[in-house]
Amino acid sequence: MLIIGEKLSIMSKRVREAMTKKDKGPIQDIAVSQWNDGAGMIDANIGPAEDGGEDLMEWMVTTIQEAVQLPVCLDTTNYSAIEAGLKIHNNRWGKPLINSTSNDPDRFSMLELASKYNARIIGLTVGKGGLPADAEERAGIAAEIMARASEYGVQLDDLYLDPLVLQISTSQDHAIKVIQAIKMFQELNDPPMKTVVGLSNVSNGCPKLLRPVINNHFLSLLMYEGLTAAIADPVEVIPTVKTINVILGKTLYAHSYLEIS
Amino acid sequence: MAFTPPKETYTGKVYTLEIGVPPDTVRFGGENVLPLHGFEGIVPSRPVIAYEIQDIPPDDWPDTVKKPFKDVSDDPVSWAKFCRDALKARAIALRLIGTHPDRENRSPEDAAKTVRDILSAIDVPLIILGSNHTEKDASVLIAAAEAAKDKNCIIGKAQEANYKTVAAAAMANNHKLIAMSELDINLSKQLNILITQMGFDKERIITDPMCSALGYGIEYTYSVMERIRLAALLQNDATMQQPMLGDIGMYVWKAKETQARPEDVPPWGSLEERGIAWEAVTAIALIIAGAELLVMRHPKAIEAVEKVVDELI
Repeated sequence: MLIIGEKLSIMSKRVREAMTKKDKGPIQDIAVSQWNDGAGMIDANIGPAEDGGEDLMEWMVTTIQEAVQLPVCLDTTNYSAIEAGLKIHNNRWGKPLINSTSNDPDRFSMLELASKYNARIIGLTVGKGGLPADAEERAGIAAEIMARASEYGVQLDDLYLDPLVLQISTSQDHAIKVIQAIKMFQELNDPPMKTVVGLSNVSNGCPKLLRPVINNHFLSLLMYEGLTAAIADPVEVIPTVKTINVILGKTLYAHSYLEIS
Repeated sequence: MAFTPPKETYTGKVYTLEIGVPPDTVRFGGENVLPLHGFEGIVPSRPVIAYEIQDIPPDDWPDTVKKPFKDVSDDPVSWAKFCRDALKARAIALRLIGTHPDRENRSPEDAAKTVRDILSAIDVPLIILGSNHTEKDASVLIAAAEAAKDKNCIIGKAQEANYKTVAAAAMANNHKLIAMSELDINLSKQLNILITQMGFDKERIITDPMCSALGYGIEYTYSVMERIRLAALLQNDATMQQPMLGDIGMYVWKAKETQARPEDVPPWGSLEERGIAWEAVTAIALIIAGAELLVMRHPKAIEAVEKVVDELI
């Protein structure tokens, strides 16, 4: 189970300020603590970044990889910012992950980048027409993204299908549909397709105390269905990841299993 | 169409251990495949068989296995020399059985002297074993580990009840360590974790999941060893990638089959042959399960196992 540390996001005031001032300290502190907490990749969410996106992404990737030996998830809708990040990314610790493409023709250019720079890419199962209604519709869109990926020369092994997690407080019925979609995505190919979720979106809008409870239980169910990766807060979810791995027989039990990586 | 054998890919690898002082060192472990699966990866070392000797004469050993050592076993130094020089032992396992309170209750100082005498008489990779009395072993193994300081021995066995003391003694004197649990894979992993959390290097541990002889529960040992190795190689579990020990002799030579006389059980045939076969078969079974280090007694059994290893590994 790959946890992609979510904390380096423009949504956070501390991170946003550090990005504006190009202050490496806070960015590297957060990257290092996520790494120590068990993240296997660091998400760099710079938002739409219409002005100076290339510089910002380049600076983020360099700053993160100076501090941690992990690949970076390049999280922006800005095509040229993604390309700038890919150019500078050090692949020694794994290929970068583009976040994201979808079934919207405007986003196909991201597949071109994935192919050109031999990167991994998230395929968000939405089209131009808006939100998918259920698991079947998500799987249908997934199949189309897979076809596009092959057209652009992206290996299916590098494609992570994302069923789009919605808020449980406003779209409760989608929680189970997302879980079903994770199962269906894997059946679209042999070997099974890889899957990813933006986990904490499920509890967006919920009271602060409830959020980790919902996130962790949701993750347990997704892991049971075979989820490959989650963009999440490692310190919050790693105990769940370890415990579910023990329950599913992927890790050998020992009394101290939570204490070891 | 040519046949291509299907190959498993493994994510983990067993740690390599080396004991002894150059040039007299032996090395074991290091493979990244299941036993006998050399065609799938690398197997850099063959299993090491250590001759078992004791600090006191082997009065409780059956005649079959006493006989080859009858001229030397009154004295641990001569015994060790005999194994090294005449039998070409690659390693020697000294069991300090005389320190057991129910045996001669020898003191830690006595044990230390035996260790010193052997190490000053011959150069050989040495495994130093207590009497399996967890309380007494704690003090005996501290003294023995000090007496062998910097000789890169293996000290054992650290168990749940005494691991802190025994591991600290091994660590302070630059030795390797046997971590033993009683036929429980989860406790075996737990003990390795606890020892590592003390600051002991996980690559200096040998796992002993507890041995048993053919006909006396070997299937339990076999199964635990097999599962440890699967966790190490397929799940890349860093707490389970230690080489494994089969402490065979002491279990085999207690079995009825290694002692019953032919006149009492005519269909069983020659006692000597039977005992040797019992030890050899037990050892080979555990090599197939994944053991890299074996402690054995009878020279002919060891010879037979070496031959199998020559042919198969």
